[in-house]
Amino acid sequence: MTGYLFLALIVFSVASFMFGRSLARRKAASQGVRGHSLPAFSGWFVAIWSFIPAALILFVLVVFGGRVENTIVQADVPAAVQQLPELNQGLFFQDVRATVNGGMASTTVYDGELKAAFDHKVAQAKSVDNTITLGAYALTLILALAGAAFAYSRLSPQFRARNSVERWVSAFLVACSVVAILTTLGIILSLLWESLRFFQSVSPLDFLFGTHWSPQIAMRADQVGSSGGFGAVPLFVGTFLIMIIAMCVAAPVGLYSAIYLSEYASPFMRAWIKPVLEILAGVPTVVYGFFAALVVGPSFREFFNWLGAFMPGTPMGEYLMNVQNQMALVAGVVMGIMLIPFVSSLSDDIINSVPQSLRDGSLAMGATRSETIKKVVLPAALPGISGAMLLAVSRAVGETMIVTMAAGLQAKATLNPLDTVTTVTVQIVTLLTGDQEFDSPKTLAAFGLGLTLFAVTLALNLIAQRIVQKYQEQYD
Amino acid sequence: MKLYTRPLYAPDTSIGKPRDPSMTTSATTPKFVARDVKVYYGDKPALHGIDIDILDKSVTAFIGPSGCGKSTFLRCLNRMNDTIPSARVEGTILLDGEDLNDRKVDPVVLRARVGMVFQKPNPFPKTIYENVAYGPKIHGLATSKEEMDHIVESSLKKASLWNEVSDRLHQQGTGLSGGQQQRLVIARAIAVGPEVILMDEPCSALDPIATAKIEELIDELRQQFCIVIVTHSMAQAARVSQKTAFFHLGNLVEVGNTEDIFTNPKDQRTQDYITGRFG
Repeated sequence: MTGYLFLALIVFSVASFMFGRSLARRKAASQGVRGHSLPAFSGWFVAIWSFIPAALILFVLVVFGGRVENTIVQADVPAAVQQLPELNQGLFFQDVRATVNGGMASTTVYDGELKAAFDHKVAQAKSVDNTITLGAYALTLILALAGAAFAYSRLSPQFRARNSVERWVSAFLVACSVVAILTTLGIILSLLWESLRFFQSVSPLDFLFGTHWSPQIAMRADQVGSSGGFGAVPLFVGTFLIMIIAMCVAAPVGLYSAIYLSEYASPFMRAWIKPVLEILAGVPTVVYGFFAALVVGPSFREFFNWLGAFMPGTPMGEYLMNVQNQMALVAGVVMGIMLIPFVSSLSDDIINSVPQSLRDGSLAMGATRSETIKKVVLPAALPGISGAMLLAVSRAVGETMIVTMAAGLQAKATLNPLDTVTTVTVQIVTLLTGDQEFDSPKTLAAFGLGLTLFAVTLALNLIAQRIVQKYQEQYD
Repeated sequence: MKLYTRPLYAPDTSIGKPRDPSMTTSATTPKFVARDVKVYYGDKPALHGIDIDILDKSVTAFIGPSGCGKSTFLRCLNRMNDTIPSARVEGTILLDGEDLNDRKVDPVVLRARVGMVFQKPNPFPKTIYENVAYGPKIHGLATSKEEMDHIVESSLKKASLWNEVSDRLHQQGTGLSGGQQQRLVIARAIAVGPEVILMDEPCSALDPIATAKIEELIDELRQQFCIVIVTHSMAQAARVSQKTAFFHLGNLVEVGNTEDIFTNPKDQRTQDYITGRFG
């Protein structure tokens, strides 16, 4: 019903548009003047006034109608229901709602006094529902008509419909950006809220500086391993280690390929290499993930085992012989490959924005191409390139899929690239996948980790943006 | 007539060293001899065969309407057109008797001998000192800090900038005014000890006072260098140059003594241009 009303509203607004346009045209013609605004603006003006207030009412009905109804219905709880446990009270009202709105009721059978209370509440809910819905529909109709009437009454050749429509357009654009801002704010607030709940059971100091991570909470006090450890240091060490390995791959390869592309490549080579790099950027990270787990991991393991076989008897050899598929090195290297196109396309843009006049100046003094790049182009591009590197770092820190599949799950505070480590993102995934209840420290720990990770990447992005901005000011 | 020539072929150990005193060239000796120089951008011809002699120790001005090829020809003189992938140069240009388009010529060495100053001042984002020291450093002209200091100071003096910046050599070159930046760039070009300085509309981004200073400087530098300047201002060409060449639609229409070109042009097109009938 609401849907049909909305459709009718749209049709009405279109009609208002056409009518308003022709009215403006006729009025101007009858007075023999040219109107302040084109007739179409008058049409838009009328259509906006017909549509927006009425549509807002419908929107409020859809979003809040149910809630208002529940509040009214649950305002007085029948005596029979009051005797039920709290959980069953909730179920009772859920069943009432389901019966009224045609949803799935639970299998609970209500009889006796409860049956009477149930029927009474269903009847009440029905009437409340009807009142609210009909009231809203009536309001919608009235507002649509009143809005249209108001807008028609304003129309005259002197009326500045164009300016008025302009204000509506800007209001609409503001509303859109407000939605984005509010969403972000909501995410941050929920992250903060849940983290606060987590920090009530685990002290922030233990979390940030503790070195033992085993997020198990026992069901019973006598269970083995009943005390959970929530020290996040091993996770951050693991994240840091993998990020460093990834940047060791991505930074030089990405930067040098950007230099080749922007300074040396012929247009023909550039036309080939750029799209190939972009394909690399388009590979989903989960594909990189199983590439790491199924191809890179085993071959690295074989290589190190083979290397270990040359040193039989030594502790080094023993260690290498026992290296497993899952290690920080594999995750880091594959993540580095994933980041190459990101680094190279950002660096390419930055190197290209160094003015050609600087290169000419250097070449005209008898500098070679690589001298020019090393001594003039790169120093000029350095702030921008370091900004790009920081952005890559923040992507590496937040990357999940590759590390989930290739790095392992064991939380170890080690800097050995051949060891298995785990990262913040991997732990968030493992804490939250599967059936979980959202009130144990185990699941809430994910929010604590998420908040910390968010703070780190936000700081990195802010610093990177500042650096890039500063650089741009220099040459614009 | 082949006088003293310095080998253009790398490695050239004589860059930046004081010139051989026996190498006495004068304002009557041609520094460049260009014959039938043609330039194409892709398939599009930009210059249709230029023949010109450019004298040493004097200022030669290239004038002509926009797109006439004067900058293109200027860039042939130190092979800066090499940096444009689609550009192709034909014909011969002799520098002190040697063909600078020869395959054996190293453009890096050539450009150390034939410096260039561009339309927009383009100091590197480094300090004033580092800007001037850039060329000497890459060519290894100074063996000690004192020598480098000396090169920087004398180059800045020659570019009449020393008095204005001697107390702030270690500040950013990009912080100078436009006119000072242009003189800094000239000092930078002088520092590698070139024989020729090419200037591509060096004053077009400057105000009249800065322009006057640069023109004064050009007149002084003429004692030591062969200077070729591209300019849109006919008044400037008349003020600073001894020889003027008029380019039109990729052709060299007329070249001669500046006085003659401006008072008594032989070609109708030159006459039209200098009297402002087209431009």
